Amino acid sequence: MSMEEKQNSQTFLDFNQSTFNPSTREEIVEIIKDCYKKNIPLEINGTKSKNKIGRNFQSEKTLSLSKYSGIIEYKPEELYIKVKAGTPVKDIVTELDKNNQQLAFEPIDFGFLFKGSSDAGTIGGVVSSNFAGPRRFKVGSARDHLLGFQGINGKGEIIKSGGTVVKNVTGYDLCKLLSGSFGTLTVLTDLSVKVLPKPENSKTLIINNPHLKKALEYLGIALSSSTDPSGGVFYPEKFDNNFTFNDLTHKGALTAIRIEGPSNSVDERIKRLIKELSLLENEFSILESVQTNIFWNKAKNLEVFSNSKSNLLRIVVPVSETLNVIQKLKTFDVNYFLDWGGSLIWLELEKINLKTLREIKEIAQEHSGYYTIIKVEEDLKASADIFTIDPIKYKISEKIKKSFDPKRIFNPGKMYSGI
Amino acid sequence: MPKVDSSILSNKDKILSDIEKIIDPKNVLSHTDEIRPYETDALAAYKQAPLLVVLPETVKEVSEILKYCNDNKIKIVPRGAGTGLSGGSLPLEDCILLAMGKFNKILELDYENRCVVTQPCVTNLAITQAVQDKGFYYAPDPSSQIACSIGGNVAENSGGVHSLKYGATTNNLLGIEVVLMDGTITRFGGKAMDSEGYDFLGLMTGSEGLLGVITEVTVKILRTPEVVKAALIGFPTIEDAGNCVAEIIAQGCIPAGMEIMDKALTKATNDYSKAGYPTDAEGMMIVEFDGTEHEVNAYIEKVKNIAEKNNSSSLKISKSNDERLKFWAGRKAAFPACGVLAPDYMCMDGSIPRGKLAEVLNEITKLSKKYNLPVANAFHAGDGNLHPLIMFDANDPEELKKCEEFGADILKYCVKVGGALTGEHGVGIEKRELMCEAFNDKDIQQQLTIKVALDPNSLLNPGKVYPILRKCAEEGRVHVHGGKTKFPDIPRF
Repeated sequence: MSMEEKQNSQTFLDFNQSTFNPSTREEIVEIIKDCYKKNIPLEINGTKSKNKIGRNFQSEKTLSLSKYSGIIEYKPEELYIKVKAGTPVKDIVTELDKNNQQLAFEPIDFGFLFKGSSDAGTIGGVVSSNFAGPRRFKVGSARDHLLGFQGINGKGEIIKSGGTVVKNVTGYDLCKLLSGSFGTLTVLTDLSVKVLPKPENSKTLIINNPHLKKALEYLGIALSSSTDPSGGVFYPEKFDNNFTFNDLTHKGALTAIRIEGPSNSVDERIKRLIKELSLLENEFSILESVQTNIFWNKAKNLEVFSNSKSNLLRIVVPVSETLNVIQKLKTFDVNYFLDWGGSLIWLELEKINLKTLREIKEIAQEHSGYYTIIKVEEDLKASADIFTIDPIKYKISEKIKKSFDPKRIFNPGKMYSGI
Repeated sequence: MPKVDSSILSNKDKILSDIEKIIDPKNVLSHTDEIRPYETDALAAYKQAPLLVVLPETVKEVSEILKYCNDNKIKIVPRGAGTGLSGGSLPLEDCILLAMGKFNKILELDYENRCVVTQPCVTNLAITQAVQDKGFYYAPDPSSQIACSIGGNVAENSGGVHSLKYGATTNNLLGIEVVLMDGTITRFGGKAMDSEGYDFLGLMTGSEGLLGVITEVTVKILRTPEVVKAALIGFPTIEDAGNCVAEIIAQGCIPAGMEIMDKALTKATNDYSKAGYPTDAEGMMIVEFDGTEHEVNAYIEKVKNIAEKNNSSSLKISKSNDERLKFWAGRKAAFPACGVLAPDYMCMDGSIPRGKLAEVLNEITKLSKKYNLPVANAFHAGDGNLHPLIMFDANDPEELKKCEEFGADILKYCVKVGGALTGEHGVGIEKRELMCEAFNDKDIQQQLTIKVALDPNSLLNPGKVYPILRKCAEEGRVHVHGGKTKFPDIPRF
């Protein structure tokens, strides 16, 4: 090690500082080993675009991966990109654009929700939170696109799983387990993520219809049809000011269905869908490709809640339950829109208390689903359940946590108290 | 395999009578003749009779058996249809074999949520058959789908030829009910599109029966595509075929299936099934697209141009569904076709980056010369899954040994070029000792720690997947003698 390098490494390994910003894997290993030895709990983050999601917890130090950033390898013809965990999603998207490829699971940009403008965060954060956009029912979420990783467990040991090939059944599938674990099991350092070609064209069928029940019927027929949609949302009338498009001929509530593929096939399928849904000429509009992209980015990034001061919950239920769930939720003062063909409910509540939260959680569970608190007043955050878990899964989660992070130094308590 | 616990063997009578208190004695098999069919799965080179075979009928029974075994430190090996190719359900001498065959009913067809809830020993194909009259199907289609069970598919994370476009089991699974080694019954996932918290559904999928026993499965179903068409293309070199694959992907086409065979296999399968293959081609490719008429035609046209640009020597587009199936008939008969060429063959199952195909096939040709054993290659070019078939004569012990070494060398090379030891057959006992080619001690230790967290006494399917001795020994592969596998009539890979 040169003198200069030594000085650099000493700078960051100064344990008096509260935030570590390592730029190499070796540095990360050293920090974690030291924290393991000294029992120092760490908050793990990237660029903090989603750090408001999850429980508040005590940590002595922060390990930021924002400097551990960069594309390691991009093989368009092998359909994967290998990146460091702190790489901004924006950089990845820009790189993939050059080859007309994309992250098909549509990572959500939570910047609009939390600060009113775009901040898509890092790929490590996207994988760790495992939230997926409108294409969820067709292509899956982040967990379905993580092909392999290298990371560091709570003892400071480098571990890996998976690889860069789509078909791999060698050992336990830790890619799945770590996706959505909110940094509580392993500090992900290098990620191999599946990429897919962008569709040649896409259009959106927007149906003018105020009724939730009818909207769910439309979405049900569309998602079960051979027209193969890749998005299905319903926005009640309350949001109509958010959607102004040249091709959109109606105001009011809307049901939107996205069709993607080769140009002539998109037109053919839109035509078929209109027939299958028995729509009259004055009941629908069709958004062209550019407007379609804008529309679905708005949907994916929760832009209708941009700058909202209210609380936001995310509820996932089987689509057969959605109507009943919404009817029950209407007894509270709520705004909502539906994604994933009706299976995902984004719920906005201006006023909230622990009792309401408990009741909403129970409604979700009664209908075979779950809820996650995405945004909530600070004073409620300490006492409310942010995630849903039952006692058996809590017990298993405790054991799994211990197997990766025996001293609970990674984001302790971020998901559940005691884990 | 793990050391045999002699106290278990000597206690057989007591264990038998205890088990008969938990489940109906008619569902407990203890006589040598009754047990024999359960001695092996489709990796028939390995055989071992278990202590007892039990056939539970309810989740409660499974739970009580597991709890009993856990309390009494008795090893237990779960088994579905027994079609696994890596020895995942090979019994141990001192184990109870938990045969799930009585869990054979489809429980619910739920079109509103586009899913099927089923017991684990229903076959993969039966799910599609149950929903096809309504125009739906279950996407993952391992070639043994007429016989393999959906529970086994979950345990192995089975794929099929359509994995690139539709994913493997893990991407098509919504929920499972599972019994843990201590008897705990729980559910991971359900009918909703995902669940939150740690992804135990993902962890269980492909865990080869080491973490829990699956007692119920909920899978997604998809609308049957309207049109399916295939192109049959010959190339003068494997490199040309490989380049064509890369360009198809680069141009934004995601085929439903894309297969390449080398000259040896093209010839063998064509002789066997008269599929009309271009036998002079060094590499032959089948590319299939599904979707709407316009969509499929657009892609087929694109592929035609790309193939011509890459020096294709012949090109046929299926004009009917029958013709398309004829294209596949030869490919699907790869096993019996090789059976004609040699007394025995072993089927390997590695994954490689698509772009490394020519390099890996060249290496296999070199190794074939080195070991003086012929080989034929099939390749799922869509998802990078390579299946070399090594031909040999098992009656010659020297050749068997050579063949095993040859196979291990191929898999090691797959890992070296950035691929994986197994794409879809699983590790089981077959590739256990090769795990250290893919993982170092720390990786394996982390995985073993997870195992211990859920099964502290290592009683559930012990001896599988993870090497017992940290020494890379070469073991046998899928070994077929005189066309006699356990189920010789089932299409493979």
